[in-house]
Amino acid sequence: MIYKETGQYKSSYKSDHAIFPLLQDKIAFSTLMFIAFLIIPFVINSYWEKAILVPFLIFSLAAIGLNILTGYCGQVSLGTGGFMAVGAFSTYKIMTYFPDMNIMIIILISGLITAAVGIIFGLPSLRIKGFYLAVATLASQFFLVWLFNKVPWFYNYSDTGQITVSERTMFGIPVTGAEAPSYATYLFCLVLVVTLSFAAKNLIRSKMGRSWMAIRDMDIAAEIIGVPPLKTKLSAFAISSFYIGVAGALYFAVFLGAIEVTESFDIMTISFPVLFMIIIGGLGSMLGSFLGAAFVVTLPIGLKFLMVDMVGLSAVTAKHFEITIWGLLMIVFLIVEPHGLARLWSIAKEKLRRWPFPY
Amino acid sequence: MSLEDLKKIPFGKTVIELKNISLAFGGVKALTDVSFDVKKGEVFAIIGPNGAGKSSMLNVINGFYKPTSGAINFAGTDRNEMEPELAAKSGIARTFQNIALFKGMSTLDNLMTGRLLKQKQNFLMQALYFGPVAKEEEEHRERVERVIDFLDLQSIRRTPVGSLPYGLQKRVELGRALAMEPEILLLDEPMAGMNVEEKQDMSRFVLTVNNELKTTIVLIEHDMGVVMDISDRIVVLDYGKKIGSGLPKEIRSNKAVIDAYLGVSDD
Repeated sequence: MIYKETGQYKSSYKSDHAIFPLLQDKIAFSTLMFIAFLIIPFVINSYWEKAILVPFLIFSLAAIGLNILTGYCGQVSLGTGGFMAVGAFSTYKIMTYFPDMNIMIIILISGLITAAVGIIFGLPSLRIKGFYLAVATLASQFFLVWLFNKVPWFYNYSDTGQITVSERTMFGIPVTGAEAPSYATYLFCLVLVVTLSFAAKNLIRSKMGRSWMAIRDMDIAAEIIGVPPLKTKLSAFAISSFYIGVAGALYFAVFLGAIEVTESFDIMTISFPVLFMIIIGGLGSMLGSFLGAAFVVTLPIGLKFLMVDMVGLSAVTAKHFEITIWGLLMIVFLIVEPHGLARLWSIAKEKLRRWPFPY
Repeated sequence: MSLEDLKKIPFGKTVIELKNISLAFGGVKALTDVSFDVKKGEVFAIIGPNGAGKSSMLNVINGFYKPTSGAINFAGTDRNEMEPELAAKSGIARTFQNIALFKGMSTLDNLMTGRLLKQKQNFLMQALYFGPVAKEEEEHRERVERVIDFLDLQSIRRTPVGSLPYGLQKRVELGRALAMEPEILLLDEPMAGMNVEEKQDMSRFVLTVNNELKTTIVLIEHDMGVVMDISDRIVVLDYGKKIGSGLPKEIRSNKAVIDAYLGVSDD
């Protein structure tokens, strides 16, 4: 009853093809946007910003990026950390060379640079598939991190090898650096994430997305109907890397402020978690990218709260438990619901449609 | 060779001419010196026992396999080989023997992929999804809906094709090929594994496409009843060699063909 679609007739192909075809979805989405843009900025504090909201937004973006490549185009990638590092270091270098450039433009250019790098590392995808491609992208992860470590030019010859963001403002309000207020960093990320999510959704529901999915589902048949495999795969690599690059730029400039490449963009801190996000959230689902990011970002916080504050374990023991439970959940998830949270949501919708009269 | 060249050819004239095509995989000779031609607007059948090289022949026409020797004259241009993408661009669509649909996508999306070549908007416009893109999208949707109506696929528009029964999947695959609005349609065993009613439906679709849309059809089929009924001309392959060609009634009384199908007695 709650999720009733009866009586919602579509009289044009346009309304049938809308992003949110159902009234309930439209209302839910508008409410969410209202809360996100007009309520949260006024109540946000530093803890919510640093621990939950900003990382959630940034990882959502990275998850969308990887989902485009893996979920929609079927090319498994383990190089997310490396590509995020490209985004971060591009931002850093552009910041040093162009001190007056607007931060929004810097971040978008970083995304484009990452896209170019993504195309180069996507080239093997024409020849190799599946696990072998995953290993090839793994090589890109290690190569890129090694490169940013070994070539001092990238970190401006600093002694520590760290890169640190300088303050940049939007409309006179600092959004990067230590002085940036919580609401500013949050809104800055939110605007980028919402805009880019819509762009991704639009790509997915038009020609581009169908070409990707055709390649994913059966590349031979795709070729027969005139989808060029190389061009399509590389476009997926490019656009996916753009999103991941922007996420990396935000991760460095807005979220952390100062990073050390081996630590921050390691395979265990970025590449695998982002892959888990899209697997748990749902491969080939926009909603899944967000759900997966929310799950992965909030789980450690929830577990810590449960074990340290409720049960009273020491922080170190709790950390160990966290890793164990994390792994366990992953396995349970893959066995019980391989299609992820997005699938659970659609099952729930199905149930809500009939509730309370399940005849 | 282009779609325009193909359209200009008058009906009844040769569109594809295969000249002495041979195809070998290492030591295995899939096709030996096969020549035949397909005329515009006809239903042309390729038949033969299992392993005769029928599907290989389609794959050569389609550009999947490069012939070891021989040439293909396509719409007046001689060429040694085709590329699948080029074939698609010049108006050749095909279906496969063991269904090659995009299983994760809905019926509608599968048919929409048939329109990909005809969608011209670039990706930045697609990302913004305004004006021209939305219009183009609707335009193609309308074309696809016509195919859906024609093939009676309305009720499964939103169903992922992976969960459809076999007969319907075959029909969706035909739909995807039709959505391309091809000049030449290659059908690889469109009726394999179907019951009599499904075969009748499928034959009706094939004939309607041929009559109404004037599409040239090249098909491979094992059901002799269907082949003899719907095709205009037939070529018979056996062990990669052409053993006969002509009108259905000629094939029916061809000694070599009967021997190939039924075997030759020793005396």
